[in-house]
Amino acid sequence: MDWSLPPNLSTQGVPIDTLFWIILVLTGIAFVLVEAGIVWFMIKYRGREGRRAHYTHGSTRMEIIWTAIPALVLAALGVYSGTVWASIKSERSYPEDALTLKVVAKQFEWNVTYPGADGELETGDDFTVRNQLHVPANEPVVVRLESEDVIHSFFIPELRVKQDAVPGMTIPVWFEATGTGEFEIACAELCGLGHYRMSANVTIHEGADFRSWHASQGQEAGQ
Amino acid sequence: MATIVAEATGQAILHEEHRQSFLRKYIFSTDHKVIAIQFLFTTLFFLMIGGLLAMLMRYQIAWPDQPLPGGGILPETMVASGYILPEFYNSLVTMHGSIMVFFAIMPMLVGVYANYLIPLQIGARDMAFPRLNMLSFWLMVPAGLLTLASFFVIGGAAAAGWTLYAPLSGRPDLSGVHLGQQMWLVSLVIIGLSSILGSVNYITTVINMRAPGMTWFRLPLTVWALFITAILGLLAMPVLSAAGIMLLFDQTIGTSFFLPEAGGQPLLWQHLFWFFGHPEVYILILPAMGFTSEIIAAGSRKPIFGYKAMVWAIAAIAFLGFIVWGHHMFQSGMNPTLGLSFTISTLLIAVPSAIKTFNWMGTMWRGNLQFHTPMLFAIGFVAMFAIGGLSGIFMASTPVDIYIHDTYFIVAHIHYVLFGGSLFALFGAIYYWYPKMFGRMMNETLGKIHFVLTLVFFNLVFFPMHGLGMVGMMRRIYDPTGYQHLQGIQDTNQLITWAAFGLYASGFLFAFNFFWSLWRGRKAEANPWDATTLEWQTPSPPKHGNWKEIPVVYHGPHEFSHPDVPDKDWLAQNERPDITSPAESVMQPEPR
Repeated sequence: MDWSLPPNLSTQGVPIDTLFWIILVLTGIAFVLVEAGIVWFMIKYRGREGRRAHYTHGSTRMEIIWTAIPALVLAALGVYSGTVWASIKSERSYPEDALTLKVVAKQFEWNVTYPGADGELETGDDFTVRNQLHVPANEPVVVRLESEDVIHSFFIPELRVKQDAVPGMTIPVWFEATGTGEFEIACAELCGLGHYRMSANVTIHEGADFRSWHASQGQEAGQ
Repeated sequence: MATIVAEATGQAILHEEHRQSFLRKYIFSTDHKVIAIQFLFTTLFFLMIGGLLAMLMRYQIAWPDQPLPGGGILPETMVASGYILPEFYNSLVTMHGSIMVFFAIMPMLVGVYANYLIPLQIGARDMAFPRLNMLSFWLMVPAGLLTLASFFVIGGAAAAGWTLYAPLSGRPDLSGVHLGQQMWLVSLVIIGLSSILGSVNYITTVINMRAPGMTWFRLPLTVWALFITAILGLLAMPVLSAAGIMLLFDQTIGTSFFLPEAGGQPLLWQHLFWFFGHPEVYILILPAMGFTSEIIAAGSRKPIFGYKAMVWAIAAIAFLGFIVWGHHMFQSGMNPTLGLSFTISTLLIAVPSAIKTFNWMGTMWRGNLQFHTPMLFAIGFVAMFAIGGLSGIFMASTPVDIYIHDTYFIVAHIHYVLFGGSLFALFGAIYYWYPKMFGRMMNETLGKIHFVLTLVFFNLVFFPMHGLGMVGMMRRIYDPTGYQHLQGIQDTNQLITWAAFGLYASGFLFAFNFFWSLWRGRKAEANPWDATTLEWQTPSPPKHGNWKEIPVVYHGPHEFSHPDVPDKDWLAQNERPDITSPAESVMQPEPR
């Protein structure tokens, strides 16, 4: 019964996890106050013979207090969330000179296209690998996400990456892994009867390892 | 308008005079109370079906490698050599959500209780348009039959999720579902029409048919909630119906509204769906909030704390409900800048929900709490809805949503709102208004056992799902065991499934109590809860036409423990206290 977030392995995962814990603490406090309050009232004000309830229609002061406090906390949370969101998703935040790959989803596989030796996509030396995503650690990577048929969702839990792949659109996703290892892409959007098994392997290499893998794959494809 | 209303009520009174045939009285009835009871039986049936689908899903998730016991009775297209097929699983996911939303919870909140309570609580003899009301029920029947039948056509029932995301929903070649999807869309358009007709009726009735003295701010909160819900329904349902017809055209006559090959746009579907879908969420919770307010006031023997704040909170939720739809689409490929504005509107909508929660607690504060079954479910609603509200904040925060979107965290959230919220309140409402509907009380002991079992099993099912979401378990997957990151959670999935079986079983205890009490329940007096609103001031059950004389209203809806009435702790809305001067509190009755 392990209910924890998987260890984070990306730069953007750091603020995401921080926000998650902040919200967990804030909602945790509200949760305890509300639930404990309800239980306390149930005990303290339980009906008894001869008791009479206090007659009141409310209190404007209390209404103002419990409107203002949640509003302020939520506004602050909104502003902070907005900043983090912009740093991940806004076009301005996309890294320049990053390794750019193309991932095309289709029922029920992920096809990853790498640029060849020229480092440019959509040229003759590109090569495509099915269900294998290889990326270097500690370097920004941009994935151009497309879909051939229905909507899929590109989800790598350890990298805190999720983006729907929509047919007819090319959606850029970027991330920077901070460690190496073997993981999975999981499809997070219901895409048909094979949705549950639409996974692909993700290998995060050290930079040099990645380059030698890339070179060897490129050669194989070129032959 | 006025003449139509007068004619309709006139007819209702006439009906009382002559003897009606069985068919006119119980089947094709125009009496709002009979129609409400018809809706109640129908929706309870669909609640049972929707729950059964969930049980099959839960079995598959917990034990994907074991054959379904008794699965042999299902056709080979659903369960082959004992195993649930992935395509059938997708139909289960889709139809569980669709049936629960459109055929169980929504018509139970609105079809049953708007119908039953609006005329009785505002002091009217019937709805403004009784025949339209009958039509609204009789549209639901073919829609429901069509939905159930879709399981048995070639290709099975719809399998693209209750959200019907295009292009999966629009391309039979990719979903494997041909006729089933189309039947569901036709059914959706019909049930939408039923809902629109209902809304028109409720709005007209509340505006035009309030009893003398029933000013807007003397309306019970249930009526306020149902009135605003009807406005939401009237504005949101046509969008879904239009989108549904467009999707049907994409499949049948070759249009491409949502199919990208010929220039359509899949995201357009999501915008249209959620433009309906988010107000829909509030259609599913506002009436529940109304019932809860009513029951908590009566159970605490206190006026509702902050009545006007409660009304404004409902209105604020309804308004904001129309500008938050994009929060379902943060990861959809929609322009990320839009995400920011939807975050802000979404966080804003948490404020009126918080106000309501605090006001319910304020109502309990210094009360004289009566723990009857309806009160227990109403308190349960507040406690569970609070969890659902708080978990929503995680999703509203766009960066966190990147991770938890489309995981079981969302499944936990929606069920804390729809089950812990809406259904808890509905159970409370059924126990509370049962004596008025059927003239008998439900059994209290069984009711309390039902409450405890429901509370315990509900939390055992849905609380751990937050944990599954944190681990990263995706929604709607037929078999979680194939994934590396989901290896450590199968025991949680099995625990959830056992608890789900318990939850479903406790529903049958409720069903037993419900049907047994119809014949064997203790006879109910007119006002078994010593409550103040008008429906309790007429016999249980009320006769056709509801009142001997239309009541006159002198004060607000929840005058409990009024200091000027020392001999009892409640003052009915139509009771004239000696201390109030009628000149200042009575609205001039309109001539009818």
